Amino acid sequence: MIDALNHLPRPRAGADQLAERFGDLAPPLTARQAAVESARCLYCYDAPCVNACPSEIDIPSFIHRISDENLQGAAERILSANILGGSCARVCPTEILCQQACVRNNAQECAPVLIGQLQRYALDNAHFTEHPFTRSPATGKRIAVVGAGPAGLSCAHRLAMHGHDVVVFEACDKAGGLNEYGIARYKLVDDYAQREVEFLLGIGGIEIRHGQRLGSNLSLGELRDQYDAVFLGLGLNAVRQLGLADEEAPGVLAATAYIRELRQADDLSQLPLADRCLVIGAGNTAIDMAVQMSRLGARDVNLVYRRGHADMGATDHEQDIAKANQVRLHTWARPDAVLLDDAGKVRGMRFARTALADGRLRDTGETFELAADAIFKAIGQRFDDASLIDPVAAQLARDGERIHVDAHMRTSLAGVYAGGDCTALGQDLTVQAVQHGKLAAEAIHAQLMLNVEAA
Amino acid sequence: MADLSIEFAGIKAPNPFWLASAPPTDKAYNVVRAFEAGWGGVVWKTLGEDPAAVNVSSRYSAHYGANRQVQGINNIELITDRSLEINLREITQVKKDWPDRALIVSLMVPCEEQSWKFILPLVEATGADGIELNFGCPHGMPERGMGAAVGQVPEYVEMVTRWCKTYCALPVIVKLTPNITDIRQSARAAHRGGADAVSLINTINSITSVDLDRMVAHPIVGDQSTHGGYCGSAVKPIALNMVAEIARDPETRGLPICGIGGIGNWRDAAEFIALGSGAVQVCTAAMLHGFRIVEDMKDGLARWMDQHGHRNLEAFRGQAVGHTTDWKYLDINYKSVAHIDQDACIGCGRCHIACEDTSHQAIASTAKADGTHIYSVIEEECVGCNLCQITCPVENCIDMVAQDTGKPYLNWTQDPRNPYREAS
Repeated sequence: MIDALNHLPRPRAGADQLAERFGDLAPPLTARQAAVESARCLYCYDAPCVNACPSEIDIPSFIHRISDENLQGAAERILSANILGGSCARVCPTEILCQQACVRNNAQECAPVLIGQLQRYALDNAHFTEHPFTRSPATGKRIAVVGAGPAGLSCAHRLAMHGHDVVVFEACDKAGGLNEYGIARYKLVDDYAQREVEFLLGIGGIEIRHGQRLGSNLSLGELRDQYDAVFLGLGLNAVRQLGLADEEAPGVLAATAYIRELRQADDLSQLPLADRCLVIGAGNTAIDMAVQMSRLGARDVNLVYRRGHADMGATDHEQDIAKANQVRLHTWARPDAVLLDDAGKVRGMRFARTALADGRLRDTGETFELAADAIFKAIGQRFDDASLIDPVAAQLARDGERIHVDAHMRTSLAGVYAGGDCTALGQDLTVQAVQHGKLAAEAIHAQLMLNVEAA
Repeated sequence: MADLSIEFAGIKAPNPFWLASAPPTDKAYNVVRAFEAGWGGVVWKTLGEDPAAVNVSSRYSAHYGANRQVQGINNIELITDRSLEINLREITQVKKDWPDRALIVSLMVPCEEQSWKFILPLVEATGADGIELNFGCPHGMPERGMGAAVGQVPEYVEMVTRWCKTYCALPVIVKLTPNITDIRQSARAAHRGGADAVSLINTINSITSVDLDRMVAHPIVGDQSTHGGYCGSAVKPIALNMVAEIARDPETRGLPICGIGGIGNWRDAAEFIALGSGAVQVCTAAMLHGFRIVEDMKDGLARWMDQHGHRNLEAFRGQAVGHTTDWKYLDINYKSVAHIDQDACIGCGRCHIACEDTSHQAIASTAKADGTHIYSVIEEECVGCNLCQITCPVENCIDMVAQDTGKPYLNWTQDPRNPYREAS
C-alpha cells in the first residue's frame, strides 16, 4: 500500500533519534506521582466517572486501592470490567470520558484526577505471577469469534472465563486490531498491544487462527454450523474516499495505511517522508497522521477540514497535541482537486473555501492551493461490505452499512452476535468495543446455559 | 498590630509561642537559632541527674495522612543525654544573651526530696525564668521511677511540686501527662502543691505503625520496638479537651495553663488561648518545618486579633471556656438542619452515602440524564449531626442552619423525658 509513496525521500533523522521521538507521549506516572494523584480522588459514590466509562470500570475503587498500596487489587478491579484496561488507559480519550466527568474537573478543584494515567500505573505495576482470572468448569461449548480486535478479544476472554472454548478468526498476522495496527505509535509503545494479547490469552481456552478473513476464506454460514455461537467483531476496514479524480495517484494514501506501516516498522528511518504533507479530515486519526509525519521530520504539515474547530471529531486535547507538533489546522476548506506534476505524481491540492449558509455547508466560490508531496485521507472508515457476502451473512439486518444489534449485542440471526465499530451502537472507541465484547459474551453465555438447562 | 507579649505565671515573653522541652531545645545552638527566628521562649530539654541518659538509635516514627502528610510523630527519645554541667553552663549564657525571652528549664530527677533539693539551686543560679516539672514522659523514664510514673499519681505530683516551691524561688510549671483517666486530678494535685502553672499535654503512649514484612512496630531498633510518646496535630483535639477541663474546673480556676499539643499554626494557638491558655508550646510543627514557622504564627495571630479588635491576648483568652459545658446542660431544643449549596456542590455523593449508610437517610440522590446526581436534604429526617458537612470535600458547600423551633432553652436536667431530672 505504501508503494504509492515510494518516490518520496526518507527521514533525515537517524533511527535512534526517531525512536526517541516516537516514545511515550504521556510518560507513565512514578510511584510518588501515583501516590499524590490517587490521594486526590474523592472516592465519590455513584461516581460520575464510572457512569462516563463505556466499560463501567469501578474507578473510585481501583484508585482507592492504589492509594492503599494494593496494586494487584487495583488491577484486578480494572481488568474485571475491562480486560484491555491497559491499552484503554493509553488510548482512551479520557478528556471526553471519565476525566471529563470527574467532579474535580472544574476551576475550583484545579484539574480532574488523572484517571487514565492511574489505570496505567496500576496495570503496569501489578505484576501478576499468573493470570488473575480462573476459568469456570468446561461447558463443552465452542464459540467462534471473528476478528481479534478489542471487541473480539474481550468477548473471547469473557467466554473463556465462563468455561467455553473459543476460536478467534483473524485476517491479519497479529492480534490486537487497531491497538496493533491503528493507534499512533507514541500512544502505545513497546509492543504493548502484543504483550496485552499474550496476557489476555493467559486465561486459556482461546485459540487464534490467523489469515482467516470473513467473506474470503471464511463464511458465516459455516461458522454458524460448526460453533454454538458466533461473535462478529469485524471493525471498519474500508476507507472513505474523497470522490475526486486522481485519488489513486502516487502520493495519495489512506492515513490508516500509513499508520499501519509506521506501527509495524522496525526502523522508522526507512519510511517515506512527505516533507510537505496534507492531511484531510479532523478526527483523531487525522491528528495521529499529521503529528506522526511531523515527528518523522516533515517541515510543513497541514491538516485541512471542511468545517470549523468546534465541529472537529478530534478532542481539544488532540488538537493541542497537533499544535504542539507544529501541525497547522486549516478549517472551512473542502478538497476540490488533486494536483499532479508532469510525472503524474501529487504536487498539491486545490481547496474550495466553505461556509455555513442557512445551516448548510456551501462553497464560497473562493479556492486556494496547497503544495504537498503527499495527501493522506483521514475522513473516516467504512464498513467493508465484502465481509458479508456469503448467503447467510447477507441476511444480517443492518443499521445503515453497519450490522444491527440489540442491547444484548444480538444480531438479527439467532446465535450470531456482533460488537465494536462494525455495529452502530455507541461510539467508535476501543473502550466501547471492549464493553460490547464483554456484553456479547455475557449474552452468549446466558443463552447457551439456558439451552443447557432446557435440554 | 496587636500586642502579643505575655506575662505567664510571672514570666515575661515578647510572644506566647514557646518551644516545648524536646529535641529542638536540646542545646544552646538550637535555642539560639530559635530565638533568632523569633520564638518568645523555650523550655530547655529536660535536665536530669548525672550520669546523663543514653539514647537508642532510631527514635521517631510517624502516623501519615494522604500524601505523606504527617498527622503525628511518636518518639522514644529520653531526656537530655548531655551532662548537667554542660547544660547549666549553656543555659546561663543563653539567658544572659537573650534577656527578653522566656527561658524555662525542664527537670526530671528521681522522686526523692534530696535529688530535687540538689538540682534546684543549680538551675536557679543560671538566671532561668522558671522551671517545668516533667511528670509526663511516657517512655524510658518511668522505668527509672520518673516521668509519667510520677505524673500518674496525684499524691506524687503534689509532693514534688511542694518540694520545688520549697527549695526554689522560680515559678514552677507542672507539665501533665495525658496518660491518665481524669486530667483534673493531676492539675488539682499540682495546684495543691503550690504550682504556679500547669502545662499540657505531654505525649501520649503510642505505636504508630507496624512493619508487616518484619513484623515489628516503628520506630525499629534492631528487630524490636517499644511504645513512644505521640505528638503533633493528631493530638490537638485531646489536648484542647484537657485544657478546657482544667480551665473550667472550679478547683483549679485561675491556675495559669500553658497549652501544648499539635499546635502548628496561629489558629491552633488562638484556640488554645480561647480555652484559657496563657502561653503555648510548640514542638512537632517546628520539627517538621524548622523554626521559621513562628513568623507565620505571630503574623497570623496578630492580624486575626487586629481584625477582631483584640489588643492583647488577655482580651480573648478564655472566651470559649464559658461556652464549654457538660452534655447535660446543652439545649435539647436547639435544632440545626443541613443545607446544600447546589452551586458549590461538585456532585461527589459522599454526603449521601455517609447519611444513607451510617446516619439518618436524610440526603436524597436524584439521578440526572447525564449520569450525574443531585443531592438534596430531606429536612424532616435531618437530625443536624454534621456528618454530611464533615464528609463534604468542598468548604462551605454544606451549611448547618439553625432552625427557629420557637421552643425555649431546655437542658437534660430539666427535660420531662429525663426520669432522673432534678426537681424544679
